[in-house]
Amino acid sequence: MSRRGAQRTLFDSVAVLILVVMLFPIYWMVSTALKPGKDILSLTPVWFPSNVTLDNFRTAMSQPFFWNDVVNSLTVVLSVVAISIALAFLAAVSVARFGFRGRTAFVVMVIAVQMVPLNALVIPVYLLLDSVGQVDSLLGVIAYYLAIVLPFMIWTLRGFVANVPVDLEEAAMVDGATRVSAFVRIVFPLVAPGLVATAIYGFIQAWNEYIIAYVLLSSNSKQTLTIWLASFTTQHGTDWGGLMAGATLTALPVVVFFLIVQRHVVGGLTAGAVKG
Amino acid sequence: MGVAGDARASVVSRRHMEAGSWRLVLAGRLLPYALIGPALLVIIGVLGYPLGTLLWLSTQHYGLRELLQHQGVFVGLKNFQAFSIDPQFRYVVQVSVIFTIVNVGLSMFFGTCIALLLERVSRPVRVLLSAGLVLVWATPSIPAINLWQWMFDYEFGVINWLLTHLGAGNYIHHNWFENPIQGFAVITVIVVWGAIPFLALMLYAGLTQVPRELVEAAEIDGARPWQVFAMVTIPILRPVFLVLFSLSTIWDFGVFNQVWVLLNQRPNKDYFLISVYSFQESFRVSQYGLGSAAAVVMVAILVVVTFFYVRQTVRLTTEAI
Repeated sequence: MSRRGAQRTLFDSVAVLILVVMLFPIYWMVSTALKPGKDILSLTPVWFPSNVTLDNFRTAMSQPFFWNDVVNSLTVVLSVVAISIALAFLAAVSVARFGFRGRTAFVVMVIAVQMVPLNALVIPVYLLLDSVGQVDSLLGVIAYYLAIVLPFMIWTLRGFVANVPVDLEEAAMVDGATRVSAFVRIVFPLVAPGLVATAIYGFIQAWNEYIIAYVLLSSNSKQTLTIWLASFTTQHGTDWGGLMAGATLTALPVVVFFLIVQRHVVGGLTAGAVKG
Repeated sequence: MGVAGDARASVVSRRHMEAGSWRLVLAGRLLPYALIGPALLVIIGVLGYPLGTLLWLSTQHYGLRELLQHQGVFVGLKNFQAFSIDPQFRYVVQVSVIFTIVNVGLSMFFGTCIALLLERVSRPVRVLLSAGLVLVWATPSIPAINLWQWMFDYEFGVINWLLTHLGAGNYIHHNWFENPIQGFAVITVIVVWGAIPFLALMLYAGLTQVPRELVEAAEIDGARPWQVFAMVTIPILRPVFLVLFSLSTIWDFGVFNQVWVLLNQRPNKDYFLISVYSFQESFRVSQYGLGSAAAVVMVAILVVVTFFYVRQTVRLTTEAI
């Protein structure tokens, strides 16, 4: 074997080793979820589930408030995605296509706001919503998530809109299209991958968020899935099989969405972040 | 499109100008504001206003009684003065800073190594590894914390078994959270594991944009691989590094979920990172003023650290538009 070939084999084996180490935790979560109790609580790990069972998933789904919290999570996430995409797109078009007084200030604000760790705002948000009696309502959570995702979405979409040459639009207008129809037919399809990428970003952020939901949503029937996962741990210990099944169920929608569009996401993030 | 395109474009815009009455001009002037309006309203209303409130709260004594009356008592900078002589707060800041440096450093190191590796492996392995990274990236943080909690369980955790049987010592029934250094090591593993995919994939995307000719030219001039990396690759990737470094700093300095969920919502004082401390002071001890002041300290430190990043990004962005 040539030296180059040997080197490549070495790199390949290192890469496979890294892959195994990185993926093992996920494998362990899913395989634990599929094992019966005695295989989970065994002093010697059972590496491959031999008698696969769905009992843990049944336990998880019949846990109090599971379906309730699924509906809550979906309500929050879908509202956040729908509203934020519309608002971010309008703002991105404005910043990318128009020169106006205050544009730089707006861009600076959008970038700077992303530097504020959102954990820091839990206290004032809680006190503000408490004083208007809106604690424990999904509306407050939705509004807050909107503000979390908007700056990044505007910034990323701006990159996508700016990358569509104005010439294209104008050529369509020369050929008789109105400004609006040129925009809808030329710009929109080219920006669509960016819209998908940012929508997924919003979906994931809203689905995964923990601390705001934890503080704001106190009653069991109002909680989201990330909070619900704590219900597997009681004073008597943790039901690991149920927890792993619940974790798998909570992770599943995000993973599926993410795998479908990951190409756009990486492309979208680099378009927004690298090309400036 | 060149000259013809430009000429055509100017014809179009001239025709538009002639057609536009003052009403259209006015609408055109207002249109950009109308477009950013809703987003601006949400950002200012839901982020800006609380941020202002946070600053205001940090100057207040705001305990349970004040919570019931919705009205704090102004104490000026007393909360911050209390911090300056409080050994616990000094510990919190120190631990948070060290934790951030270690986590950002390790995440960036492994991210860069894996990105470089991705460039050098054969195609099928590259596809596999990036798919695996995407899968890890896609795993939401709370389920991820739960799964690591299970792997590090003192009784049936697979890590204790592995370490014992790989000959690293006796880890049977070893509780990782008794000693905060070991506990923070576990938290670091979780944070770095979760951060690697994003960093590696972003850096790899950046690497593919490094012009091949530049690398080859450097190699022809006799540069060693690490010299190529230091003199060609790093300078070109500088903007990407800056973005990733700043984002990682923000995320790792604000770590809360890992501590909170891993320690079953009852972390002891050794585990107080600054965001945990701020949360604990507010929602457990009901000292919202002190908690807000701690949050203000956190934001202030981050503003200083990420200032250059923001300045650079603003400069690049405003040049581009």
